[in-house]
Amino acid sequence: MVAPEPTRVANRANDGPQFDWDRLVQEHRVHRNIYTDPAIFDAEMIHIFGGTWVYLAHESQIPNVNDYVTGKLGLRPLIITRSSDGRLRALYNRCSHRGTTLCRWDKGNARSFQCPYHGWNFANTGKLRGVPWPDGYAEQLVKNPEFNLAQVPRVESYRGFIFGTLNIDAAPIEQHLGPIRKPIDEWLDRNPGGKVVVCEANRFKYKGNWKLAYDNSGDGYHVIYSHQSLIETENRFKDEQTEKGMSYYKNEPDKLPMYIQYMGNGHHFKDKRPALEKRPGGLWAIESLHPGMEHVAEKLRGRFGERAEAILDLAGSEPVNINVFPNLSLLGNHIQVFQPVSVGETDSVWYGTRIEDVDGSLGGEVLNDINTLRMRTQEGFPNFGEVDDLTNFEQIQRGLACIEDEWIYMNRGLGIPDRFATLPDGTIKGPSTDELFMREYIREWKRLMTDTQNNSIRREI
Amino acid sequence: MSVHANQDPSRFSYYMTDAFYCEMISDFSDWQTDDRVVGDTAERDQFRSILEKEARLLDRLLFEEWLGLFVPDCAYWVPSTRNQGDPRSEIAVMFDDRRRLEDRVFRLRTGNAWSQAPASRTTRMISNVEVFTGRSADLRMVRCNFLISEFRDDETRILTGWTGYRMRFAAAGWMISAKQINLINCDQCIRNPSIIL
Repeated sequence: MVAPEPTRVANRANDGPQFDWDRLVQEHRVHRNIYTDPAIFDAEMIHIFGGTWVYLAHESQIPNVNDYVTGKLGLRPLIITRSSDGRLRALYNRCSHRGTTLCRWDKGNARSFQCPYHGWNFANTGKLRGVPWPDGYAEQLVKNPEFNLAQVPRVESYRGFIFGTLNIDAAPIEQHLGPIRKPIDEWLDRNPGGKVVVCEANRFKYKGNWKLAYDNSGDGYHVIYSHQSLIETENRFKDEQTEKGMSYYKNEPDKLPMYIQYMGNGHHFKDKRPALEKRPGGLWAIESLHPGMEHVAEKLRGRFGERAEAILDLAGSEPVNINVFPNLSLLGNHIQVFQPVSVGETDSVWYGTRIEDVDGSLGGEVLNDINTLRMRTQEGFPNFGEVDDLTNFEQIQRGLACIEDEWIYMNRGLGIPDRFATLPDGTIKGPSTDELFMREYIREWKRLMTDTQNNSIRREI
Repeated sequence: MSVHANQDPSRFSYYMTDAFYCEMISDFSDWQTDDRVVGDTAERDQFRSILEKEARLLDRLLFEEWLGLFVPDCAYWVPSTRNQGDPRSEIAVMFDDRRRLEDRVFRLRTGNAWSQAPASRTTRMISNVEVFTGRSADLRMVRCNFLISEFRDDETRILTGWTGYRMRFAAAGWMISAKQINLINCDQCIRNPSIIL
């Protein structure tokens, strides 16, 4: 055993007086610098993407022992693997010798990784196995843990979602998720066996700060404007009996039973399910038009009668936004991940999910039909909705070049009596278009940015 | 065949059956082989003309005319993996039937599609056109390489890759039955992928 190594750069951001956090983050507004200042971004890569739990990958991407995917914790390249001892690990994808990126593939199955530069070889536990011509070293490197790969000291999974943090004092992931676990559980449990499998993705990049995506994740205020072209397209056939897709945001969304709920630790939850008819098929009824949907619906209804409605709901987009700070959003059937690239550039990946016929109750043909339809429903929003949001994020980043025009407002709903309710579990609930969740998560962001976390790396196996 | 097989595919989606998917996946598997090359240069020129016309219509934003190059029961497919994958169990970058292809055009025409307001300016180069036999006499498989220069928002970028077409002979001549666009970076994060490819 080797003790975790504290990371000496961890607290650079609050070492000096260069950031006046109380000015940058106020109750009703935030300063443009938190989206534009490279020094603040660098500090975020330590205090946020390091200092708190960050989503890394889904277990279905590495189902077998020795499977791996490459990913990132902030800007640190990682190999996320189910290592030969069965443990989930997040290895720094960096040779301990000279820093070379060890693994250059997106995914695979490997018991070990050999550095393409000088040939150092590491087990997928991080252990150094061997180096070329070892007698040229004064000591046996393989016996010194200092030469093992660095790895993220805390890696934990919640029902398939793998998180990691450098903060060795962080609360266990279940405790950190807290109240947001309930919507996550419900999102999973509507699928057979409470299980989904990641199956490729719609992958985007935008020239804007990563927080623009998180600001948007629970934003019910932008929908009818940013997604105007989508809503018009979804409802272009006037003979449809039901208004489709996001139409429930039209008219007066704040008076509908849907809501936004702040869940603590930066997490929040937008629940549009109360706007649905509560019956099997209620979700399917508002699904916008997708390739193959009439064919599959007719086939299933012909075969199963009323039971078909609940099966069709499995292909429908669950109307929730479950946002886990700082980089995970479950929405529809997607697992969306925000990946910072630089202060002004972010990757946004919409992983699709399919279901499995866990107990054999669907049968192969129905499973295939439902998953096929589920792929098509999931491609709809990224193609016809997300592209417009991303364009608006880029145009925000551009607008923030105005140095003297300093403030970004998140005051919708603030100061109106009885607009929010704090529930017994400490969560705060309010109307769906309110910026309550932004104010609350950015307060948590500020707390993390000014806190001193016990960030460390581990080299023990 | 569904009783709705003859319903307007611009309005209803009945043709996208599992049989349709299976046939399409099969047509786009292992087709680029020497023994299937159609050597006749006149025929190759005929397909090259169709592809060049298509590029011209898209560069000129004449989307409605472009839709006219496709058979009614068509597919427009941009795989998200380099081996095309299986669109029944994997997310594609884009996978449109007739109606969704018309949705795509409708959205761009609303004037409120912010990702294309203002619209990208594009110049498409088509080359390396090769014609292969299809599963039956009324089908051909055509491959070409493409290079799209796209100017938008102070930046000119290149989208490139190769396209596979399944062409079907109809009353009006050869038409596009399925178009599979293989971006070389299909499995990577792409900024604003909102033009028609």
